[in-house]
Amino acid sequence: MSLPISWFFVLAIGLFFLGTIGALTRRNGITIFLSIELMLNSVNLILVAYSRLLGDLSGQVIVFFAFAVAAAEAAVGLAIFVTIYRHHRTIDLNRINFLRW
Amino acid sequence: MIEIIVFAIFAVLALVSALVVITHPDPVKSTMSLVLTFFSVAVLYVLLHAPFIATLQVLVYTGAILVLFLFVLMLLNISRETHREDKATAQTWLTLLGAGFFFGLLALYFYRSTSGLEPVGDLGGIHELSVLLFSRYLITFEMIGVLLLAAVVGASYLTSRLEEKNS
Repeated sequence: MSLPISWFFVLAIGLFFLGTIGALTRRNGITIFLSIELMLNSVNLILVAYSRLLGDLSGQVIVFFAFAVAAAEAAVGLAIFVTIYRHHRTIDLNRINFLRW
Repeated sequence: MIEIIVFAIFAVLALVSALVVITHPDPVKSTMSLVLTFFSVAVLYVLLHAPFIATLQVLVYTGAILVLFLFVLMLLNISRETHREDKATAQTWLTLLGAGFFFGLLALYFYRSTSGLEPVGDLGGIHELSVLLFSRYLITFEMIGVLLLAAVVGASYLTSRLEEKNS
């Protein structure tokens, strides 16, 4: 009995679910960032599973690009957090409301 | 058979450590738990015959990005400051309900549409991948390089103290 590919999709949806819950309910900026990374990774898992299912390597190339985009996003996002922390001494998103009127 | 056992172990490990990521109050421990999640997903990539992507996952994600997260956490020392426990409010339960319904349907859809399908042929390794990368996706590859350069410039401008020096 070989491993069914469809299990990978269910697992990836589960990881995306957990990432969504984390990004919507937590109030700590870094934890929200980690949840977004989790969602990115679950989509990568779906792409690799489809690449295996269809016998097409394009999915893996797109995952390669997604890694680069995730690295750029993490670098800029963490720089923004460092700047916000320098001005406000917190990254609690309940207290960072200077963009609201 | 051995593949199913390995999949079961690392799928459960990934889900449990992802749950720890989103529930632990300490951001440092969340990040360490995310390292475990990414390692488990790397094992799943190997099961899907994608060893190059698995290597990149370990090297780039856990080796570079998460170390960057840990570096910023240690630098700012926010782990102690934001150690307050997040209260589960009505918003939390409504989010769980809505997202659970939506992703339950999505998982059902994915499972129904792919169950019983068998993989087509052999994929080929890093050689075929790099040929594809430098022929069909060459423009995208170059643009990713430009994007990374822009990210480096933007991040170093944001964290520099130019404004304070000028004023």
